Parts: sequence; C-alpha cells; structure tokens
Amino acid sequence: MNYFVNAQGLTKTYPGIGKGNPLTVFEDVFFGINKGEFVCIIGHSGCGKSTILNILAGLDDASKGAVLMDNREVAGPSLDRGVVFQNYSLLPWMSALRNITFAVQSRWPKWNKEEVLAHSMKYIEMVGLKGTETRKPSQLSGGMRQRVSIARAFAIEPKLLLLDEPFGALDALTRGMIQEELLKIWEKTNQTVFMITHDVDEAILLSDRILLMTNGPHAQIAESVVIDIPRPRSRSDIIHHPNYYAIRNHVVEFLVKRSKELADPALRESEAAKETKPTYPPEVNPVTGKVNQATAVDTTGSPGSAKPGGYQRNVVNMS
Amino acid sequence: MMENLNIRAAILSMAIFVVLMLLWELFNQPEESKAGKTEYELLMGGSEPQARVPNPSEIGALAIEELSDPFYDKGPNDKGIGLQLLYSLKRVTMGYLLAALVAIPVGFLIGMSPLMQRALDPFIQVLKPVSPLAWMPLALFILKDSEVSSVFVIFICSIWPMLINTAFGVSSVKKDYINVARTHELGKLRTAFYVILPAAAPTILTGMRISIGIAWLVIVAAEMLVGGTGIGYYVWNEWNNLDLTSVVFSILMIGVVGMLLDFLLARATRMVQYVE
Repeated sequence: MNYFVNAQGLTKTYPGIGKGNPLTVFEDVFFGINKGEFVCIIGHSGCGKSTILNILAGLDDASKGAVLMDNREVAGPSLDRGVVFQNYSLLPWMSALRNITFAVQSRWPKWNKEEVLAHSMKYIEMVGLKGTETRKPSQLSGGMRQRVSIARAFAIEPKLLLLDEPFGALDALTRGMIQEELLKIWEKTNQTVFMITHDVDEAILLSDRILLMTNGPHAQIAESVVIDIPRPRSRSDIIHHPNYYAIRNHVVEFLVKRSKELADPALRESEAAKETKPTYPPEVNPVTGKVNQATAVDTTGSPGSAKPGGYQRNVVNMS
Repeated sequence: MMENLNIRAAILSMAIFVVLMLLWELFNQPEESKAGKTEYELLMGGSEPQARVPNPSEIGALAIEELSDPFYDKGPNDKGIGLQLLYSLKRVTMGYLLAALVAIPVGFLIGMSPLMQRALDPFIQVLKPVSPLAWMPLALFILKDSEVSSVFVIFICSIWPMLINTAFGVSSVKKDYINVARTHELGKLRTAFYVILPAAAPTILTGMRISIGIAWLVIVAAEMLVGGTGIGYYVWNEWNNLDLTSVVFSILMIGVVGMLLDFLLARATRMVQYVE
C-alpha cells in the first residue's frame, strides 16, 4: 500500500473523567490518499472526523498509530499541509490580502514584497475577491471569508490540503457556488485534498473517493466508495449522470442504517471480529457492485503481504 | 438622530451646570452680622471675614488668573498650576512606563505558561491588594529619594491591572488563531508578535487604561506625603495656606487631566480593537 498519505491504525482515546472509563473515539483507522486525489470523509457527529483531520494536520496527536506523508511521519504542523477550518480562522485584525501575504511570506521567507504580493493577488483573483482584498474579515460575508481562507490555503501550495467542513456554516446557495469554484481551482492545481463534510451531494460532486465512518465510540472507516463519474463535473449536470443515484443511495443507506449497525458493540466485540487483523477499508463501487477486497495490514510491518480481512461483513454487494 | 441626542445632552449638561453654580453662589453668601459690630470689631476696624467654601465666581476668577500664566516659577512655594501638573505627569509617566515594561512581558509569560501562572499567582494575590502608599516608607528607606520613591509608588500601583489583563488577554487568545500560527510554522517569537500580541492587544490596552486611572489617583496622595512639587503637594500646600479657592480649583484641574489621560488611552484602545 504505497499511498501518498497513509494513515496507519489511528486510535484516539481520551482518559475517563474521575473514575470513568477511558473513551475511545475511533480505533484502528487505516486509509490512504493518492497524490492528486480528492477524498472526502463522511460520518455522524462524534465519530472523530475532525480529530482525524487534526492528526493529519499535525495539530493533534493520535493515541496509537501514525500518519505517513511522502513516507515520512507527520510530527507537528507544517506548511506542507494547508488547513481550511470551518470557522475560516482568518486573523480579524488583518485585511483579506494581508491574511494571505502573511501566509505566503511564511511559506517563502526569501521572496521580496512584490513577489509575495503578486503571488497572493493571483489567488485572490482565483477566488473572485479582487476589489475587496483591502477589507477586514468582519466586513466580508461568510462566503467571502471562506473564499479568503481557501485562497490562503491554496496560496501556500501545500502538498496536502485539509478542509474541515469548509462550507458547513454557509447558506445553500453560497455553498453551491463555492463548491464549483473549489472544483475549478482543484482541477487547475491538481492539489491532493482531504475533506470532511456532512453533505452527501457535496461529497459526490467533489471527490474521487468517499470514506464512510461508522458511529463512535470505537468508530472505524468501514469502506471507501469510488465515485465513478467522469470529470469535469458540474452541479447541474452531475445529478443527471446515470451513476449518480446508485452512489448517492449507497452512501445515504450507509449513513442512515449501516453506520449504526456496524457500531453495535456486540458485533464489534464478537470473537470473529477479534481474530481479524485491522485492515484498510474495502473499495466499493456502488455502480458496478464491484468490491475490491479489504487488505489486511500485516502487523509485522511488511506491506503487501495482504490478505482478505474480516471486513466482509461490512461489504454490501449492490449488484 | 444621534446628533440630535448629542446636542440635547450638551444643552442639558449646560443647564445642570448653570443651575448648580447659581445655587452654590446663592446659598454660599457670607453671613451678615445681625447684632452689628462689637466694640472690639469697631476698634479693630471691621470684622474678620468668616472662613467659608469659595463661590464659583471666585474660583472662576482664580482659574482665569492661574491659567493665563500656568508655568511661572517663583520659588518652592509659588509655582504655576501647569508646572505642578507637569511635575505630577512626569512622575506618573515614568512609573507607568516602567510598570508597562515589566507587566507586559511578565503578563505574556503568565498567559502562555500555566506553570508560571500557578507559580506566580500567590505573589500577585498577596501584593495586589496592598495600598500603594503602604510601600512609601520602605521605598523612602531603600531608595533614599522622595522623587524616586513617588515614581516607585506609581510603578507598583499601575503594574497590577496591566499584568492581570495581559495574562488574561494572552491566555484567552482563540485556539483557532494559534492553530493558524502553527499550521504556518511560525516560530515562538513570530507567533507572539504577529498573532498573540494583536489578538490580546485590546485586553492589554484595557488594563493600561485602568492603570493610568489608578496612577493618577495615587500620585496626588503620594505627593501629599513626599511634598516638594506636584499637584498633590500643591493641594496640601494651599490647604495649609487656608486658600480653599486654590484647593477647589486644583480639584478641577486634577479631574480634567485625569479625563484627558483616560481619553488618550481610550483612543489607543480603539486603534487596536478588531471585530471578529
């Protein structure tokens, strides 16, 4: 499994309060992202999606497991990984432009003022904010603020872009517009993106694969759904694509029913489950019904010696 | 509408002022001697004027006289009001700036490190409630200079609000801003100057505004104790001269200068204020 980004057995456990039992939010989370891929992760609140993203960003530590990027372990935050937070996280005392030049300066400290400005303006234009760049974030609408935040993340040209529910706080119309803009920028830049969302349609529109998470505690990634819809995509055309509803139904069915069933403690703690080795999630194509069997992780450390693991029960054949 | 309100408020202020001054003037007339003059008074050529609180008209006359030449210097007991205020302002500025120099870095340290916060908290809690004037004897003994001692008293009284507000402002900087600094690989120093300082600046400036107010309150008392120069000394000196007109006039001047100081800091606070 030679992924560009490789999450290996991430587990997050919070110590119990007082005499309470420790809380394991998610455990044995394995997944990979290829270079240039757009991957979304969907799951119910409380399954630890944001924590996973923060671990990828280096802002949080896993209790167990590690993340490899470019075959190097992620230890602490880095300019190689840009983050767009749900609440934009712009510095309110700086203008929109200054928020970006500040990031660009940190990325390329040797650049002179003109270079920094030109580079920053390029991204301001890319998100359609030319003319409003001197305003403070408080003078911008929510959608415009998130555009600045996206421009900032793209401007530092990170190897991996992490988006934490970036459109969660926006109204539906604005969200749709920015989704398409994000898609255009992504197609231009070939950025590797990992994004959290609650919106199934958004995930299908944007991503190459969707990771589905079971409910917490002890959440896991149950499967990786391939979005078999050609690019370039647009909001208006994608819903007419013959594959669209097969994918959508599969994901919704997972969220409504199976995410809960799979989190059932009885199932999780059954003897069969205990015997199986942790695995990367199986790759499911809801359109063809094809399931690329999950590959067990060899805990002795040599990747490739994979064999079908115990995740068969998670796989629903859609054909 | 707002302008209208301001005008109406100004008119009302003036009206209240005029009514109060008139009442003061009317009810504060010297008592007419009912029984006429005693034999002694006749011999002495008139009665001693009864000591009383001065009237607004007298204070106004003195104010015009004093303010037309505020900086004269005719020896240690006769200096212009402007000069006395400048002496006080000099001490306040020195003590206050010294306090800021200590309080803001230490406040940063306390705000950023929970360990330092816990370690230094007992000292702050014990020293903060001490009246700054209680330090005076110790300061005089150690520093052996009344001038330096009054600066020290200003230093010790203005340090606490700045220290506590800086620590609070720094420790309550939003985690999001810190995360922005971390994801952009800002070093400790750059994070402090580019992110934490601007984020905490409004809270720090609020502390500085409280401090300047306290410093101006304390300087009057301190100068009454150490004497020599300054507005506090002036008030006490005029009391010893039984010149109550000058006392009331200096009360007004202390108020005006205090207001200006507060106004200055309020302006500075507004400059660093940001809207989230």
